[in-house]
Parts: sequence; C-alpha cells; structure tokens
Amino acid sequence: MREKHIGLGIFTFLVFVFLLGPLVIISFTSFEQGTVLRFPPESFSLDWYKNIFEVSGFLETFKVSIYLSLAGNLLALLIGIPAAYALNRFDFKGKALLEGIFVSPIIIPGIVLGFTFLRFFITYYQLPIYAGLFIGHTVIMLPFIIRVVSSSLANFDFSIEEAAVSLGASRIGTFFKVVLPNIKSGIIAGVLIAFLESFNNVDISVFMTGPGVSTLPIEMLTYVQNYFDPTIAALSVVLMIITALFMFFVERLLGLSYFTKR
Amino acid sequence: MSLFTLQDVTVAYQKQAILQDFNLSIGEGELVSLLGPSGCGKTTTLRLIAGFLQSKQGKFLFREKDYTKVPVNKRNFGFVFQNYALFPHMTVFDNVAFGLRQRKVSKASIKDRVLRVLDIASLKGFEERFPAALSGGQKQRVAIARALVIEPDLLLFDEPLSNLDANLRVNMRVEIRRIQQELGITTVYVSHDQEECFSISDKVAIMNKGIIEQLSDPATIYRQPKTKFVADFIGFKNFIQFDSRRQETDGIAATVQGITLTVQQQDNDTGLVGAIRPDDLRLYPLDAAPMTVENAVQGKVLISTYLGRSYQYEVKTSIGQFTVNDDAAAAPLANGQEVVLEIPKKQIVLVD
Ligand SMILES: Nc1ncnc2c1ncn2[C@@H]1O[C@H](COP(=O)(O)OP(=O)(O)O)[C@@H](O)[C@H]1O
Ligand SMILES: [Mg+2]
Repeated sequence: MREKHIGLGIFTFLVFVFLLGPLVIISFTSFEQGTVLRFPPESFSLDWYKNIFEVSGFLETFKVSIYLSLAGNLLALLIGIPAAYALNRFDFKGKALLEGIFVSPIIIPGIVLGFTFLRFFITYYQLPIYAGLFIGHTVIMLPFIIRVVSSSLANFDFSIEEAAVSLGASRIGTFFKVVLPNIKSGIIAGVLIAFLESFNNVDISVFMTGPGVSTLPIEMLTYVQNYFDPTIAALSVVLMIITALFMFFVERLLGLSYFTKR
Repeated sequence: MSLFTLQDVTVAYQKQAILQDFNLSIGEGELVSLLGPSGCGKTTTLRLIAGFLQSKQGKFLFREKDYTKVPVNKRNFGFVFQNYALFPHMTVFDNVAFGLRQRKVSKASIKDRVLRVLDIASLKGFEERFPAALSGGQKQRVAIARALVIEPDLLLFDEPLSNLDANLRVNMRVEIRRIQQELGITTVYVSHDQEECFSISDKVAIMNKGIIEQLSDPATIYRQPKTKFVADFIGFKNFIQFDSRRQETDGIAATVQGITLTVQQQDNDTGLVGAIRPDDLRLYPLDAAPMTVENAVQGKVLISTYLGRSYQYEVKTSIGQFTVNDDAAAAPLANGQEVVLEIPKKQIVLVD
C-alpha cells in the first residue's frame, strides 16, 4: 500500500513538472536582459515588459481581443441563458439533439470550425472581417455559457418560479426577480470562462483575421515569426496572470454557489 | 353558499387521464382536506384549482365567476408547497413581502403587513434571516406567512408537513388550523396522512384514482364510510361480502354462505359489503363463550402476534379470515385454538 502511494506521488509530481515546467521556464526567461531567450537567465531586467507596450501591434490587437470577447460574450449570453433555461426547464422533442448542437463547438476541432467559418462567413457571405470574427467568437463562447449556466440551473428548484407566479408575478417578472438572481454566480463564471476561451483563441481567429485586423494571440504568432527576443515571454507571463486571476474568481463563484444552495 | 366549484373537469398527462369529469364544491370559510394514497390525483386537483394546470373541459367557478381561464398570477390564491419553495436569495422579510411588491402596495404598508403576518406565524425577529439559516418548521412558517400576507381568497396546501419530523408535524397542524380559523380563509389541504386531515378539517374528501369516493365531516367518514375503499383506507381491515340482505325489525339480516348476521341500520346504506375494524371484534375460547355473544361465528386462531398493548389474531372462520385486536384477553389465545368470534351488530358498516 505504502509503496503505491509513493509511486503515485512521484507520478503526480512528474505530471506537474511536465505541465508547469514550461511555464516556469518562460517566466524566468522573460526577465532576461539580453535579446535572445535564455534559460537560466543571465541577468535581470523588466525591459521586455516595457517593450510590450512599445510594440504598437500588441496594444491595438489587445483592444480588438477585448472588444471581441466582450461583444461576443454579450451575444452568447443573450442566446445562451434562454437556451440553458429551456434545456433545463422543459422537456421537448429534439432536446438531446439541440443540446448536442450547442456543445458541438467544444468537440469539433477548432481548425475545422475555423476553416468552415472562413468558407462561409468570409468567402461565401463576404462578411466584413470584424463581423466574421464576432460571429466566430460568439459561436465558440456559446457552449461554455450554456454549460456553466446549465450546471447552475441544475441546482435550481423550479418550484420557486411557481411560488412567485402564485404570488402575483408575471412569467417574465419571475425570470428576472427569481431565476436570474439565483444563477447569477453561474452566469458570471460562464462569462469569465467564455472570455478566456475567446481571448486566448488562435485556431478560429487565424482563419478569420485579415489585412489590418488581428487579435492579440495572432499578433503574437506573427511576432515570433520575426523576432526572437523575450517580449513574447513577458507578454505570456502577463496573460498567464490574467488567466490565473480569472480562474481564481471562477473557482470562488462556482465554489460559493455550493453554499448558497439549500 | 359554495365559494368555488369544479364542474366536470378533466386533466390528462400525455394520454393518461388523471381526473375525469371531476366535481368538487367547497363552502366559504371551510378547511377541506383531500386525502388519499400517493398518486391518486390530490396534487393534480390542487394545481388545477391554483391554475398551474388547465382543464381540458368543464369549468372552474369561483364566487360564481368563470375562473377557468384566469391565469395563476391573477387569481389571488395562496399556495404552500411541500418543499416550501422559499426564495433562497431573499431574507424572510423580502420573501414575505414579495406578493405585496407585485401588488404595488406602498412601502409603509408593506412593512406593516409583513410584520403583522410574521407575528401571526410566530416568526418575530427572523426578518433578516435567509432561508438557508432556518429550520424546517421555520421555513414552513415563512411559506405560510408568504401565502397569507396577500390576503388570499383561497389558501392551498400541498402536503405542507411531510418534510417535518413527527412532533413538529403535530404542532404545525395545530397552528395551521388556528391561523386558518382566526383569519377565516377558505382552505384546501392535501395530505396522505389520515390523522393530520381528520384533526384539522371541517370536511375530508377521500380520493381514489382520480375520484372523490366520499366527502363528509371527519366523524361521519370515521363512523360511516360509504365505500369499501374508504373503509379500508380508514382502518376497517375486515370485509364480508354478503350474498343478500333484508330488512328485519331489529335491523338488517345479512346472509353469507348460509350464515345470517344482524346489522344495526346506519343511515340509509345500501351496500352488500360488511366492514368491521379489528378493534371492534371480540374473541372467546370456544368453551368459555358467554350466551349473549352477538353474531357468533366459530373459528380457529391461525396466528397470534403480540403488539404490546394488545394481541392481534388472525382468525379463520367459515365466512372468511378476520383480523382481531384483543386487549381484553388476560390469557392470550394460542395458535390453533378453537374460538368464538363476536361481530357486534353496531360495529358492522355496510358499504358499497
Ligand atoms: N407531470 C406529470 N407527467 C405525467 N404524469 C404525471 C405528472 N404529474 C403527475 N402524474 C401522474 O398523475 C397521477 C396523479 O399524480 P398526483 O396528482 O401528483 O398524485 P398525488 O398528489 O395524489 O400523489 C400519478 O399517477 C402521477 O404519476
Ligand atoms: Mg402529491
């Protein structure tokens, strides 16, 4: 028994090294003063962090990525919350199929999705680049919103809706006064997860970006094709911290929802 | 005058009819229970009255007005759910105030009315608590207060006490009855607990498979069940299927397999099934039976079970098997013992 535990411990440790090692190395190299990536770093500076803001493309595409995530999130919420509600509240024909369609963007390889979007939105419908990006990002965010909101609704006791209606509230009023407040943390968590999904997305965006329009991850790809300096390492560290913060809040929100449940 | 009437309503889930040509009429100020085994359609009836379900046909009349198509939120009925259904994100005060806010009652008046009803429900001091911080009994009182505060025209309870433990159940049902009588609110109360229904109701409707078999005051149901189902449900465990009956001067002479029993006439019952409670039967050893035994039937003890306060016997006779509770026997009867079974003529109820 004991040996097994030690073996498991070593295995777990190796998995962590394998997963986190590269992140640690990247973090170290970002503080290098020289112009090439080096590990371990031979000097210390924050120059490359400063450089992030001096490369004009980064700031610009950062804004694009943010706007894209926010706008896509808004649309995904407008579609996703009612969809999650209907999937949890009602029994109807074709429910399983609909559920499958809504989560399919998680299962279908991004590169296939990206290529499909390119063929239709850009080539066939001749949509402007921003419109294509917006639709593409909404599509990849939607399943995350639906899944996280659904898991909130799975804990929701729908008889309190009936209580509200019996006390005189309309159906719509009931949704806003009774349902929404109780799935609030699920919605916020869904928004955060979807935001990351969109903000870090490469495989869809790479097909949908075009001349003069790019997202931050695509701009980073372009940058590493031309430069070898540690700017990307520094930027990666910043993105890692943002991601970690978001996930921390998600954990807090979904974790807290366990306590507010009866 | 009746407050509301369900007239020939029919409810079906998918293709299966749960209520068919169902009728029910309840008088102003009454507390009427729907009592019956699980799945007999009690909740369905209650949800139909509340408006959560629509009848396919028939009518729901409330104070002589046609309410059949009136939506739930326009009915002004209070509904108390089995699982309380409190709003978990609101304090006790806000839970109770919810109905008043929907009615656009002024802020000062809301505060007044909520505090008054919390007082009635013995919830003073709990205004700022959230439901998660309440016990089951307190939650149920909030649910009742929330339904009461809107001054409903009708109060509906669906097994409100089934999630509480036994002691609390007794206290709560006394409180529900007290509040109901104090405010004089007409109430429909659903339960599958006989004692609960009998103890708080003006009238009890015994339901079976979507049909009301009997609607009477509790004492009448207890003494004079109308059908075999009702009799069985309220504890008449012994049934005799008579072949015929005829009127005699000292009662009804009912015959089964050549043996004639005398039944003291109750009301104007027409049934051919005699129902007797185990408690009402007497047993005597064959050699020690007194001469005055009414409706004596000879038999044999099959099984004797010790129940603490009494013995329960299964007795086999030529007219069937009987369950007898005998607390008088000083010396218990043994298995296989020959006995005389007394079926007191007053205790036989003839049901359909
Ligand atoms: N939503 C539903 N869909 C299908 N059948 C239902 C539904 N609700 C109740 N039933 C059926 O209707 C019958 C009556 O149910 P109900 O009124 O809840 O009984 P009770 O409250 O007396 O236990 C039961 O056989 C039950 O299985
Ligand atoms: Mg029920």
